[in-house]
Amino acid sequence: MKIITIEHIAKIYQVGTEEVHALADVSLTIGKNEYVAIMGPSGSGKSTLMNILGCLDTPTKGIYDFNGVNVSEMNDNELAAIRNKEIGFVFQTFNLLPRSNALHNVELPLIYSGMPSAERKERAMEALINVGLENRVYHRPNELSGGQRQRVAIARALVTRPSIILADEPTGNLDTKTGEEIMVLFNEIYEAGNTIILVTHEEYIAEHAERIIRLRDGLVEKNEIVENRFIPQKRESH
Amino acid sequence: MKNFLYELKESLLISLYAIRANKVRSMLTTLGIIIGVTSVVLMSTAIKGIDNAFQKGVSSLGSDNLYIDKWAWFNNDIPWWEMRNRKNLDMDDFKKYEDLAKLPAAVAPTIWTNKKIKFKERNVEGIMISGTTYNYINTTNLSFESGRFFNDFESRGARNVAVIGFTVAKQLFPLGNGLGQEIKIGDVKFKVVGVLDEQGSWVMGNFNPDNQVFIPIDCVFKYFQGERMRSITINVRAPNSTSVEAVKEEAIGIMRRVRGLSYAEDNDFSINQQEGLLTTINQTIGVIQIAGLFITGLALFVGAIGIMNIMFVSVKERTREIGVRKAIGAKNRTILTQFIMEAAIICLIGGMIGLGIAVTLSMIVNQYLPTAVQADAVILAVVISLLTGILSGFAPAYTASKLDPVEALRYE
Ligand SMILES: Nc1ncnc2c1ncn2[C@@H]1O[C@H](COP(=O)(O)OP(=O)(O)OP(=O)(O)O)[C@@H](O)[C@H]1O
Ligand SMILES: [Mg+2]
Repeated sequence: MKIITIEHIAKIYQVGTEEVHALADVSLTIGKNEYVAIMGPSGSGKSTLMNILGCLDTPTKGIYDFNGVNVSEMNDNELAAIRNKEIGFVFQTFNLLPRSNALHNVELPLIYSGMPSAERKERAMEALINVGLENRVYHRPNELSGGQRQRVAIARALVTRPSIILADEPTGNLDTKTGEEIMVLFNEIYEAGNTIILVTHEEYIAEHAERIIRLRDGLVEKNEIVENRFIPQKRESH
Repeated sequence: MKNFLYELKESLLISLYAIRANKVRSMLTTLGIIIGVTSVVLMSTAIKGIDNAFQKGVSSLGSDNLYIDKWAWFNNDIPWWEMRNRKNLDMDDFKKYEDLAKLPAAVAPTIWTNKKIKFKERNVEGIMISGTTYNYINTTNLSFESGRFFNDFESRGARNVAVIGFTVAKQLFPLGNGLGQEIKIGDVKFKVVGVLDEQGSWVMGNFNPDNQVFIPIDCVFKYFQGERMRSITINVRAPNSTSVEAVKEEAIGIMRRVRGLSYAEDNDFSINQQEGLLTTINQTIGVIQIAGLFITGLALFVGAIGIMNIMFVSVKERTREIGVRKAIGAKNRTILTQFIMEAAIICLIGGMIGLGIAVTLSMIVNQYLPTAVQADAVILAVVISLLTGILSGFAPAYTASKLDPVEALRYE
């Protein structure tokens, strides 16, 4: 079953008199419970594509079909609702609210979806336990390590039980070991039946996925199945 | 709707976080609001106070009264030298008027003099001595703490009896009641036959009965000053408020006759009314209002600009936060509410501080002037500060709500 279908998507920025084709012409589909990595050189349009897939941005041209709904024609409010309910973002720089503790950060999407407080707290707690942070619930981001911050961000992405998780270089700001721990977590999430799209620069990170889409100059250069997907093993290190 | 409530609560929390994180900045910004609210509350309080005092004063003297006098009290249409050249009103004028007037409920002559008052070793100065007749009491609403007004017999006989005002009594007899005691007015002994209740009106100044001593008018002429040295005032009470005009018309007619004025001559007397006082009070209130509104307006304007500025700074600083919130599903409306709420809360805090200052100040001022902080002043403070917050927060909040999430997330 397809979650995402995009056809001939283009994103064109006007910089002065020059047109920048961040995405030139991209078509692809993502199925349910797929694990896809997006790779490509810097400036090839990976983040632009992720932003469009995540309904943060709208394409200049093309059709975007999300779960059978034409997203290209939605207004700000409708897009916000889709982001809230259907999409979980994980960013390279974590993007947690600095003044709020882990619990409140994870609760936030549920606040915006109007869930009552008690249920919300329970769900957020559950999400934090799932990422192994039951002991850090009341810590603020500046009291957490980089890896722990990214776990909070992942808990926040998962808490609404979205259709798809979008992660733009989630290990980019982490050391190799911490990065691997995060990849273990992504693997668990994937195996629990979620759909993941992950942008990375690292070949070995990309090989955790089932499929790698390679972009270059705003075009899909390659769309390849990973023969022997790397399945990370949980190491009891902390 | 439920969503909106959660969002409101979230906005409230964020605002409080944000304000707490920038205490000094927030407090400095509210200075204008503090001043604005302080001045608007003080203004409304002062106006209330003056109004109350005026009502009290009017009711103690009687609102249906006319005063026939050589001088116009409030109205400045007639040049003062013309009034100075008028013939004094004397007891003959009064008696003729009393005989001819059919409409008034009561009439009484009054004359003022200023004498030192003594009780044993205790001296009180600057007290107005009013000479009048027994009928004076019927032209007022004065009530007694003890005793009575002097009667017809004492009045005609020019007996040495006195009725003293509340403040005078407190000064002469700080410990007890002065009823029946002998006091000295100038060098003449008088027996106190009545002590008035407190009237508590500062509007009347020296004319406030609290600060007066009443004695028979003939005693004034006998002991203190010749009968034609000063002009008397004739107090006239109309039976009710609807007849005041008729009483006035009648008084003008009679007085013109009494004074022997020909058809072409102007009145050589004035009929004064409390209405004149009302005009004066309204002028005072008007001045306070204009000054107050000006200060309030200026302070609130400066305050609003300050808040707007600080909110723009806040939006800029939190661009990334806004991006994050939008990425996880905050609608434009949510962000708008959040920032407006923050501005409103900052202003509300300022408003409450201003209110606190105003209440404290008015308590201090209350020792000299009557003031009254009312519930509506509190409501006024809340409404004004909230409104200022909402208005000044709107533009920054709107900017925040319209931020492009991708740009906002990329913001360094
Ligand atoms: N707001 C913008 N205005 C103008 N050009 C933009 C804008 N955003 C992106 N671009 C351009 O679009 C192209 C693709 O950018 P994008 O961020 O998608 O690259 P990327 O593949 O994510 O790169 P990296 O690996 O460095 O993150 C780049 O050339 C970039 O300069
Ligand atoms: Mg990128």
